[in-house]
Amino acid sequence: MLRRQRDLVEQAIEWGLRSCAAVSVLVTIGIISVLAFETVQFFRDVSPIEFLFGTVWTPLFFQKSFGVLPLVAGTLLVSTIAMAVALPAGLLTSVYLSEYAPAKVRRIVKPVLEVLAGIPTVVYGYFALLFVTPLLQRFVPGLSGFNALSPGLVMGIMILPMVSSLSEDALHGVPRGLREAAYALGATRMQATIRVVLPAAFSGISAAGILAVSRAIGETMIVTIAAGQQPRLTANPLVPIETMTAYIVQVSLGDTPTGTLAYRTIFAVGMLLFMSTFLLNLASNWLRERFREGYA
Amino acid sequence: MSRKHVNQLLDIVLHAAGLGATLVGLIVLCALLVDIFSDGLGRLSWDFLTNFPSRRAENAGIFAALAGTVWVMTLTAGLAVPIGVAAAIYLEEYSAGGRWSRLIEINIANLAGVPSVIYGLLGLGLFVRTLAFGRSVLAGAATLALLVLPVVILSSREALRAVSPSLREASYALGATKWQTVWHQVLPVAFPGILTGMILALSRAIGETAPLITIGALTYVPFSPDGIWSPFTVLPIQVFNWVSRPQEAFLENAAAGIIVVLALLLAMNGVAAWLRDRYQH
Repeated sequence: MLRRQRDLVEQAIEWGLRSCAAVSVLVTIGIISVLAFETVQFFRDVSPIEFLFGTVWTPLFFQKSFGVLPLVAGTLLVSTIAMAVALPAGLLTSVYLSEYAPAKVRRIVKPVLEVLAGIPTVVYGYFALLFVTPLLQRFVPGLSGFNALSPGLVMGIMILPMVSSLSEDALHGVPRGLREAAYALGATRMQATIRVVLPAAFSGISAAGILAVSRAIGETMIVTIAAGQQPRLTANPLVPIETMTAYIVQVSLGDTPTGTLAYRTIFAVGMLLFMSTFLLNLASNWLRERFREGYA
Repeated sequence: MSRKHVNQLLDIVLHAAGLGATLVGLIVLCALLVDIFSDGLGRLSWDFLTNFPSRRAENAGIFAALAGTVWVMTLTAGLAVPIGVAAAIYLEEYSAGGRWSRLIEINIANLAGVPSVIYGLLGLGLFVRTLAFGRSVLAGAATLALLVLPVVILSSREALRAVSPSLREASYALGATKWQTVWHQVLPVAFPGILTGMILALSRAIGETAPLITIGALTYVPFSPDGIWSPFTVLPIQVFNWVSRPQEAFLENAAAGIIVVLALLLAMNGVAAWLRDRYQH
């Protein structure tokens, strides 16, 4: 009898633990349902064609227009600038730390770089708006107080530690024997790195790069603070723009009543954002698995 | 110049470029800290910590935001830690390797990459509207709890995995059940690691701004929360509010607010590092 009671308790506990593990799956289902529910409502009033291919975004104006391309362009512009900083600098940092730096330097530099990744994004927003933009204005004529350039550069620095630490993991995953074989053939460290180690770690490094793009697309506060909030279809980094994320924050700050079309736009934009980052994350995971299989 | 010399030169170039790139990150970090401390240190005072926000910059303080942050963080930890640790125990001790746990693993990896503003939309649709929590401390904490859940689960799993299997085997050999083994043997040993993970998760949550703005947390709150249903603001939202104003004096307040956030983060990470050093064998 006592034994059966004990078994029941054990089973109840296992079920409790299992349902806690299921919460994480429910979160994904929750995200997709909330976004899909409001997006479907949105598409009853606005055609998906107008939303995806329209070039004017003025849902909060009297003359409403729902073309999301200006927000997409703003997001891509800032992300491109961020990646132009984070990818080369992050990759070079990882090559330096993994192939060149003495162990002592590595031990000190790595945690300090991690600090960059732990700083709240609102702090980077402050830094972009009040330090980087005024600094850039001295060298770049015509740079507006709000622009894509400064938040893009700052975002690149923010993402740099992620790129460097993930690429470094990939470089570390390359078997020592490959390097030694290259050295034995008379290669310099540069030759071993560029001809042997980097190609061998390629899928791991691409995984890091793709994850970085996904981070850049989803980053919110830096662009909300420093890029201005003016949706504009442009590739000019010197003028104010607006990203998808910044638009969601802008509407949330205002008094847009729930249930209105303007309110639903943030879920439609959120859906687009979620799907882009989701696909990038899947691609990144797939590449990383492939890298792991290669050298397991 | 011979080919060998060219290659040696290029080796030096790559070395220098790598060192340079590494320095870029470090220099920007220094510039950021120097900029914020020189802007905000003069504004930091006891009054700044204990005053409520004000339309006059020199009277404004962060007390409401500080109280809101403490409320939201406590509740976030209270929600995320039990669920996250329980999920980790299930994945690590009960179902390691199964198809269901593989699905959950992939799911958690994907959730960790979802932009935080999307969690805000989830919180807005689910907690604020469907469950009618309103724009309350509870809605904010529940949103942040879901946001940091992957961090809690991943770090707790790591802590559980580090517990030696022989400990479990000894417990089974003495006739203990699975749960008795987990509760009396495994969890106490894994506790410091789980605690470290919890602190790291909270140090992520404490700086989050976008999801809380999205669920409709207020930017001007002249009172501290008096319960889980109370409206609230948090430190990063207060900083954001001050950054968005044109007057110089409010920007100084923003910098001073940032110093407080950074000090909290430093303290939390210090405790986490201390725990790790003390209990890591």
